[in-house]
Amino acid sequence: MFDLPWDFTAIPRFFPGFYVAALLTLQITFFGILVGLVFGLVTGLMRLSTNKLINTPAKFYIWVIRGTPLLLQLMIIYYGLIDLVSIDRMPAAIIGLGVHNGAYIAEIFRGAIQSVERGQREAALSLGMTPSQAMRRVILPQAFKRSVPALGNQFIIALKDSSLASAIAVRELLLRARQMGSATLMMLEMLMIVGIYYLIMTTVLTFLVGRVEKRLQVSDYRD
Amino acid sequence: MIKIRGLNKWFGDLHVLKDIDLDVIEKEVVVVIGASGSGKSTLLRCINFLEFAQKGKVFIDGKETDRNSRSLHLVRAEVGMVFQHFNLFPHRTVMGNVIEGLTQVKKIPYTQALSQGTELLAKVGLSEKADVYPAMLSGGQKQRVAIARALAMKPKIMLFDEPTSSLDPELVGEVLQVMKTLANEGMTMMVVSHEMGFAREVGDRMIYMDEGRIVEEGAPKELYSNPKNERTKAFLGQII
Repeated sequence: MFDLPWDFTAIPRFFPGFYVAALLTLQITFFGILVGLVFGLVTGLMRLSTNKLINTPAKFYIWVIRGTPLLLQLMIIYYGLIDLVSIDRMPAAIIGLGVHNGAYIAEIFRGAIQSVERGQREAALSLGMTPSQAMRRVILPQAFKRSVPALGNQFIIALKDSSLASAIAVRELLLRARQMGSATLMMLEMLMIVGIYYLIMTTVLTFLVGRVEKRLQVSDYRD
Repeated sequence: MIKIRGLNKWFGDLHVLKDIDLDVIEKEVVVVIGASGSGKSTLLRCINFLEFAQKGKVFIDGKETDRNSRSLHLVRAEVGMVFQHFNLFPHRTVMGNVIEGLTQVKKIPYTQALSQGTELLAKVGLSEKADVYPAMLSGGQKQRVAIARALAMKPKIMLFDEPTSSLDPELVGEVLQVMKTLANEGMTMMVVSHEMGFAREVGDRMIYMDEGRIVEEGAPKELYSNPKNERTKAFLGQII
């Protein structure tokens, strides 16, 4: 046999030991996405307003957040604001990931809302709906459906980006791998375990998004 | 029912409606004809305030309304509109489309709305399509659903913006049939359409518009067979 410097039998042995870290990764991602969806919807709608006082802050937020790295944003929230407020690392990671994704999700929603034909809004208004009813009942449901593929993509990015929380001492998968790697001197093996975890999670997420897409297609069937 | 005085509308530099005065009385069926760009659709859209005129007044059932009215949406609820491209809500079933205004605007309980919806679908001959989505319907069926959706609000007047223009020729008849029935029941209607058969059969008045002005009006048969204005003559010659 070749004498490899790695012991891949360590992968199945240590795999279950990353369970807690994986849960943390999922938590950051889940709540981060949730915050991101709220921020995204509000900002997306603000961005579409014709009122400058409303759309300018939205544009500014998107400009700043998309124009700077997530790692920097996390560090600013966790280390930078320490004199102002002390935020725990988990909430800091969730807020950071949420605010970051909010900017991207805002653009996804904006594009989807703009893609709904003008006639839809006009039909809603002609029935006597108020503009906000038309948005809620007619435009947003269609816009949401159109945004699902792009949102799914963004969720997968968010899941992987949650690894950046390792930089602010959240013991999610990546930080756990580095710590275990140093402790056992099996860095590659531990990193590979984490890679497998990420692959499993992104695969499941992709599958779920596909299911949602299918579910929303019922109204497209022609026979 | 509708009173329009001195209506002027610009899209940027383009003057699309010029000093329009128009009265539509109850139960009257007014057919509007004119070349594309003559302002006929814009006129219709100004009546339910999908467009706002910069000058002039629109009275619906005696009430003056403008873009700043708080009750704008309530005025729109009294004016039914049928669009060239149907504009059905694709994410709702046929029944969902018909009762949307009832449940959301009139706040009628769901079961009650459902029974009204069933009646309306029977009226347009689409009872068996209640539970399908618009994507499964033909153009003619879509337009009949759109008519039922507008009728659900029990509007005082119905506006039809080229209701058959995007239909295959063999589907035009079924839509016109529903519109004729409505006219015979006494619905006040304003129809932008070049369907001369329809105009002559149920139209009380025909209006010819050109370059944003009402150039000529009269009984459909008369206007059709004996137009006085040169431009009306030329236009009628083109569309026949």
